[in-house]
Amino acid sequence: MGESIRIEQVAFTYPTGIRALRGVSASISPGEAVAIVGENGAGKTTLARHLNGLLHPTSGHVLIGDWDTSKHTVAQLATRVSYSFQNPDDQIFERTVRAEVTFGPRNLGFSADEMESAVQDALSQVGLLSEIDHHPYDLQLSQRKLLTLAATLAMRTPIVILDEPTTGQDAPGVRRIAEIVEHLKAASHTLITITHDLDFAAEHFERVIVMAGGLIIADGPAHDVLAQESTLAAALVDPPQMVRLALALGFDSIPLTPEEFVLALKNKSGRSS
Amino acid sequence: MIDVQNLSFSYAGFPGMALRGITLAMPKGQLCSIVGPNGAGKSTLCYALSGFIPHFYRGVLKGTVRVSGLDVAESSLGELAGAVGIVVQNPFNQITGARFTVFEEVAFGLENLGVPRDEIISRVAESLALTGLDSMHDQSPFALSGGQQQRLAIAAMIAMRPAVLILDEPTSQLDPIGTREVFGVLRRLAADQHTTIVLVEHKLEWVAAYSDRVIAIVRGQIVADGTARDVLTSDLIEEIGVGSTRLTRAARLARAQKLVDSQAALPVTLVQTIDFFEQKDR
Repeated sequence: MGESIRIEQVAFTYPTGIRALRGVSASISPGEAVAIVGENGAGKTTLARHLNGLLHPTSGHVLIGDWDTSKHTVAQLATRVSYSFQNPDDQIFERTVRAEVTFGPRNLGFSADEMESAVQDALSQVGLLSEIDHHPYDLQLSQRKLLTLAATLAMRTPIVILDEPTTGQDAPGVRRIAEIVEHLKAASHTLITITHDLDFAAEHFERVIVMAGGLIIADGPAHDVLAQESTLAAALVDPPQMVRLALALGFDSIPLTPEEFVLALKNKSGRSS
Repeated sequence: MIDVQNLSFSYAGFPGMALRGITLAMPKGQLCSIVGPNGAGKSTLCYALSGFIPHFYRGVLKGTVRVSGLDVAESSLGELAGAVGIVVQNPFNQITGARFTVFEEVAFGLENLGVPRDEIISRVAESLALTGLDSMHDQSPFALSGGQQQRLAIAAMIAMRPAVLILDEPTSQLDPIGTREVFGVLRRLAADQHTTIVLVEHKLEWVAAYSDRVIAIVRGQIVADGTARDVLTSDLIEEIGVGSTRLTRAARLARAQKLVDSQAALPVTLVQTIDFFEQKDR
């Protein structure tokens, strides 16, 4: 189901002269789940917008499967990559929830039946099926965020990019998004998220890319990258809570979740007794 | 500073009560966080404290809200503007659209309050410095990032020096550094200027570290009210869908598996959790 991504020496300068990317390279295999972290302005969203062709590199190349993004239109790339915006209000434009979610599948040429099932599926996954005939702006901000997520899911693309998916969500909302992430992973989509929520990244993404100042400064398994205090400090990112706790308590192995923490605690007390 | 007596509210045209019998007193200089699942009535309470209810949002209001000695329902929005400030959930909705620069945007409220020119200039500069926007003052408010717009909305409110400041998810667009800056500003306002602060926030680890008091709301009612440690480690808070911090979860799991003897209360902050596992009382 997934598709590969190759980012080759990509630099990008906005028309305003801001150099948002200063030569980044990464290779993502089909079915990988990658979290991109870093402070505001590190270049995370700029990089993500290169993956669906909203931006083209000033130099370097981005390949989605065998397609160079500079040689394909955004519409073509939309068959392979869907992108859920950070601010839902930058994305929503239709008058009903149904129309908003149907827009992607319709433009991808889904049959009427496929379209209906994609829309129903996506809305039920985000818990908005009961709002299907409502105006998007009658929803709360956190629900509008879920709506944009549904619009992305309905496109059923091999690559899914979620920009700050947990923003503004309460605990049940975060749990729902976590379930969707796990579902996408199980279906072998290539999944990329941009997030400030390192605890969320730690719990659901196997690979973490750290960006700072338009560069990738670390890229590897979550367990390795999220335990690198100095790298995270350089990116002005705080390690996940469990990592901070384990480091403060002098653990050798670094847990990423409360469950892993308790396991590490058990091993530690097992050894010392 | 804030005195709410038996407040109930239902929005015109919507069935059901958004707030049911809220009674609440808050002293000067307190930083109080409101937690609860989405749809619990947190934003509605913010509107009721700031006068958006009943002056902007219509509906059936019962009970009284007094802020800085003013009865909110009986005072005009103009009278309330100097006493209570609100930063709404989506910062984009708060930008006036009537001013071309960040500096003018922050000055807007002060001009309307009739503050003298020199004082406007110094208060705007101070607010922009506090919110880390000093280098942006000639930019268009619409050229700012989401996080910067959020801090701009806060700067505009701080400049008016309200006795009470209400903030509805003020860090939703911010990274951890921006979040820390905002919480730092709020704590300084509460400590130095004795501003009473009411904050709606989902980021529990920040709520835990910075709040004097935490109130939980579900279906328009207050269901818990106390210190962050008491409220955020209670079983109730888990049941109502607020969840708990990962630190609390780790401590709860370890205790359930008898990996710690600690009789201490469950922790919410990092320091409390380290003490919990090192079995120290601080």
